[in-house]
Amino acid sequence: MLLRAARREAARRGPRMQITGPELEDLADQAAGDALLAITRKVTQFRGESRFTTWAYKFVIFEVSAKIARHFWRHPTMPLDAESWDRLPDRFGFDPAQESEWRDLLAALRRAVDTELTLRQREVFVAVVLNDVPPDALALKLGSNRNAVYKMMFDARRKLRAALVANGYLNDGESRRS
Amino acid sequence: MNGWTALDRFLHTDPRDVGCAEAMDMLHVYADLVAAGVRAEERYLGIAAHLRACGPCGEDFEGLLAAIAGEAS
Repeated sequence: MLLRAARREAARRGPRMQITGPELEDLADQAAGDALLAITRKVTQFRGESRFTTWAYKFVIFEVSAKIARHFWRHPTMPLDAESWDRLPDRFGFDPAQESEWRDLLAALRRAVDTELTLRQREVFVAVVLNDVPPDALALKLGSNRNAVYKMMFDARRKLRAALVANGYLNDGESRRS
Repeated sequence: MNGWTALDRFLHTDPRDVGCAEAMDMLHVYADLVAAGVRAEERYLGIAAHLRACGPCGEDFEGLLAAIAGEAS
């Protein structure tokens, strides 16, 4: 049951991360094995709030996630310290033909990244937003965890939005353009 | 969705967002409710807010739903 769930989940996610074939099967097999260990270790914590199988599947899903994150650093797409600011317009779907309309906004965003964020928040923002590093993979690299990386990004997003609102680029509620 | 809206949505933070640790802790409960057709997002506002904003937790949630659905197929 665990192995079937692991293989299905690996097959669902793997191709997006360019993991296929025997490598994907190995990843699924290891995830199922590690999930079984986690379930055995934590079975006394099962509180009956869901079906047991759903609780057990959760560990399979987490293990597949963790192994895919580890896999990312075998073939990283770019160094962690790169800063691909030129990818930012495409990242958010800004139309190159209308650059005159968004150039100032993205320049203001870049200024806010440099002036409003702590060094750690900036490092996480650059990795996740500019360099497309998956947050789980980043957490591994930083010796951190998903929750801490998310919190860092959460605070960074809040600060950046506040800066853009204060400078008139975004409205307090919705964006000024739709 | 244009770039302005996409950036605005990305930067928007929901104060009800419970974060990854709590969402992962309750993910099996939330997924079971959703799979059963219960409006879990009304009962667990903070988890729903988190799953909308967090790519990795949202991906795990989709995976868990797929596992539940696969079990039934």
